[in-house]
Amino acid sequence: MKNIDPDNVRVILATDCGSTTTKAILIQKLDGVYRQTHRGEAPSTVEAPFADVTMGVVNAVTEVSELAGRRLIDDRGRIIQPAGGDEGCDIYISTSSAGGGLQMLVAGVVRQMTGESAKRAALGAGAIVMDVIASNDKRRPHDQIQRIRQLRPDMILISGGTDGGTTTHVVQIAELIAPAKPQPRFGRAYRMPIIYAGNKDAVSMIEGVFDETVDLSIAPNLRPVLERENLGPARDKIHDLFLEHVMAHAPGYDKLMGWVDAPIMPTPAAVGSILSTIAEQQAINAVGVDIGGATTDVFSVFDGTFNRTVSANLGMSYSISNVCTEAGMPNILRWVHFDMDERELRNRVKNKMIRPTTIPQTLEALIFEQAVAREALRLAYVQHKEFATTLKGVQQQRTVGDTFSQLSSGQTIVDNMKLDLLVGSGGVLSHAPRMHQTAMMLIDAFQPEGVTTLAKDSIFMMPHLGVLAQVHPKAAMEVFEKDCLIYLGTCVAAKGVGRPQRTCFEYVIRGETIEESGALAFGEIKLLPLGLGETATITAEPARGFDLGAGPGRRIERKVKGGTVGLILDARGRPLQLPADREICKRTIEEWVTSLDLYPTMVVAA
Amino acid sequence: MATAYTPGLKVTNRITHRCRRVLPIPGDVLVGVGDTVNARDVVAQTLMPGDITPVNIANILALPPADVPECMLKSKGDPLEIGEPLARTKGIFGLFKKDCRSKVAGTVESISPVTGQVMIRGEPDPVQVQAYVTGNVIEVIANEGCVIEAEVSFVQGIFGIGGEVFGRIVGACSSHDQELTADLIKPQMKDCIIIGGARMTDQAIRRARDIGAAAVVSGGLDDEDLRDFLGYDLGVAITGSEDLGLTVIITEGFGDIAMAKRTFNLLASREGDDASVNGATQIRAGVMRPEIIIPLSEKEKAREPESSHPDSELKLGRPVRIIRDPHFGLIGEVSDLPAEPQVLESGSKARVLEVKFDSGETVTIPRANVELIEG
Repeated sequence: MKNIDPDNVRVILATDCGSTTTKAILIQKLDGVYRQTHRGEAPSTVEAPFADVTMGVVNAVTEVSELAGRRLIDDRGRIIQPAGGDEGCDIYISTSSAGGGLQMLVAGVVRQMTGESAKRAALGAGAIVMDVIASNDKRRPHDQIQRIRQLRPDMILISGGTDGGTTTHVVQIAELIAPAKPQPRFGRAYRMPIIYAGNKDAVSMIEGVFDETVDLSIAPNLRPVLERENLGPARDKIHDLFLEHVMAHAPGYDKLMGWVDAPIMPTPAAVGSILSTIAEQQAINAVGVDIGGATTDVFSVFDGTFNRTVSANLGMSYSISNVCTEAGMPNILRWVHFDMDERELRNRVKNKMIRPTTIPQTLEALIFEQAVAREALRLAYVQHKEFATTLKGVQQQRTVGDTFSQLSSGQTIVDNMKLDLLVGSGGVLSHAPRMHQTAMMLIDAFQPEGVTTLAKDSIFMMPHLGVLAQVHPKAAMEVFEKDCLIYLGTCVAAKGVGRPQRTCFEYVIRGETIEESGALAFGEIKLLPLGLGETATITAEPARGFDLGAGPGRRIERKVKGGTVGLILDARGRPLQLPADREICKRTIEEWVTSLDLYPTMVVAA
Repeated sequence: MATAYTPGLKVTNRITHRCRRVLPIPGDVLVGVGDTVNARDVVAQTLMPGDITPVNIANILALPPADVPECMLKSKGDPLEIGEPLARTKGIFGLFKKDCRSKVAGTVESISPVTGQVMIRGEPDPVQVQAYVTGNVIEVIANEGCVIEAEVSFVQGIFGIGGEVFGRIVGACSSHDQELTADLIKPQMKDCIIIGGARMTDQAIRRARDIGAAAVVSGGLDDEDLRDFLGYDLGVAITGSEDLGLTVIITEGFGDIAMAKRTFNLLASREGDDASVNGATQIRAGVMRPEIIIPLSEKEKAREPESSHPDSELKLGRPVRIIRDPHFGLIGEVSDLPAEPQVLESGSKARVLEVKFDSGETVTIPRANVELIEG
């Protein structure tokens, strides 16, 4: 990393090289504050016939340059540094997910323990985990070897055993991987990087198992004792090897690595970095989601613990058909308030899959896509909750008081009642014609409880800011606060289930621009105006059996933030249950659509 | 700025086509530069290391792992037959010895004193790469394979299932908009590449498979029929490895949709010729579409190629196909290209264009929802 004097930084250029698009943003210091001023994008050029990532970078930066009226690329096609007059930048940074990102195979002894710890380390480092090999994964060793042979990972992480514990099982896992000789994706000259982060007593034995055809690195055990994970060193090692091996073999990255002022980060790792920083600085619990064409990434920070999951086949174009398969068409259609022909819909879904860049032209098509998005997000969040747990396999001491508590280790740490900030990103959320639609998709899919602020990262700036936080934290924070998030508003939702038309909660809202009071019956949802930058205080009293954050039936008083949508009072209950009868369900959804003013009036053939 | 429309599928009566044929691991290349090869010729081959079978001797013979090496009857690198003793305990005073016999044939690859595990490598599997296209070898990639060049007619489909097959082109439908039904498929179409018109029915696909056709190509297919034929619902469009005894290609999309007239006429004009077909589709970064490749005869090579649109720019008069509802599948030409984005019925703002159909009717479509018809 270059030595940079933060006080002298005026202009920052950041790029994010994706599989299809390379995005560039320009950050400038204006009146002493860092602001994101311009953005540009161009098709990525990682694949043939270009096979040089820097061409896409130069094109995206050129667009920024034209918009900003600032020369950023010199005659040799290189980024001008440092800034002087009307040209150049002081810092240039980049993230990358091109070529499908970092793909890893992980292995552990017990799937639910070291296997999961290894998976967490890899996901946290921004990787896509292709498979988890473990002694108890119910596959015969022969099948495990076959699987390893089929995969083409960029890197392998092996974990297993606590320090000082038995060495046999982890060596056994290594003995499966060594003869399988997994082939890397990039070139035959590439030596497969393997990281060993297991029982330290087995290091010499592991070294004896692998020959010179692999590049073996040793990291401290990521589960030194059952009660504690130590994922940091393994994650750092993954980042180092990502740069040394994977990036160095991707076309044009050697050149790009010479241009940047901080190491190139995998895009999801950068998002994780900024979300963790924000959660820590503001002492909040946050969830971020990025729904793409092929995958959906969910990031969460609860009580300081960061987790990330990638739902590899939940997405809105390449994977849209898979969402319909996994959720089932009836589950998707329950969000649609009119009838649609299922056979016709199946064909439409497949046509979107094979021509992924098309956009909905009719309102009917938009409503259907947003219904698919709700299910994709819901499924991704379910997977995230199942993965973000307390450590499994930890012995628990129980007292007499715990006699009736059946909580075991491995409970999810995701608690919607404790969630303070929910951030959505990705085409279907960012480009929804009305922000009300974005807010409603987030609420329906994630079902936040209590008081939760909703926001969107409209141009997916979080990756850029994640890397920037490593070199210039002040600039990263200022831009995050002012330009990155667009606040949609706040959702106040009661947990619990009641009978229709019975009161769910009563409320009084007071603020400079709002003075409202009333009651909501179970099943209702209401939108109140509270604009961007405005705040108000809500005092709400839930009925018996409902909880707004202070416990069932207990009053809350909270300050709420306004936004482009406003304040949403949600008395539909949690968990959110839609009527099983299709006709009643259609009417219910129509009422919600009307309450939130989601869509312009439409005429749909019955 | 990024192109806001989808580049179309290639459909051309004449093109110089190159294909790279390489082994998955290093091996022997059997052809040289300048050689003429037939589609079915093997151009490279190698031996893939055999499957690995782990045998936990320590568990089977109830030994400490460290004792396994001295109980082994076979050493590292020794060949082994099924049923042959692999290891034997020392017994008590030389009696009550217990054997561990191999359940697989192969070679001993490793013996671990840490886990007591022995790895047996099975017989190597031969892997061969065929030329796939009849043509000339223009480059040899040492130890990997070669590049073959040929003058061909080339048709890209939008989606397919099943891998590489070869066969003679045979027409089943009389027009581009005739549905391909089972009764149109005759037993004499065995080993052939059957060309349909509009949607192919579920029965037609099954009939094609039953008579032993190599491939079936038509305009559309219902997703429900695809699911029934595959036996599962396809989640992501990464195909080619299905083993269904038939390669299936659709040229336009899912649903009731006719094959583009130009595609149908081209394929019909090549009836009776040999073709190479691959249904493999990958719609991700590094997109791969199914293809029908028909090498040209010497006489055809002498003919003038048909006019085509060499540039891929969206211009007034360019023929385009609408690739999303409400006008999905219709073909027209660009009649206007407004510069300013417009608000669609969905409420989204997007750049649009105007398409004029043969009937004279015009419609406004988002630019993202058309694809160029490429020659």
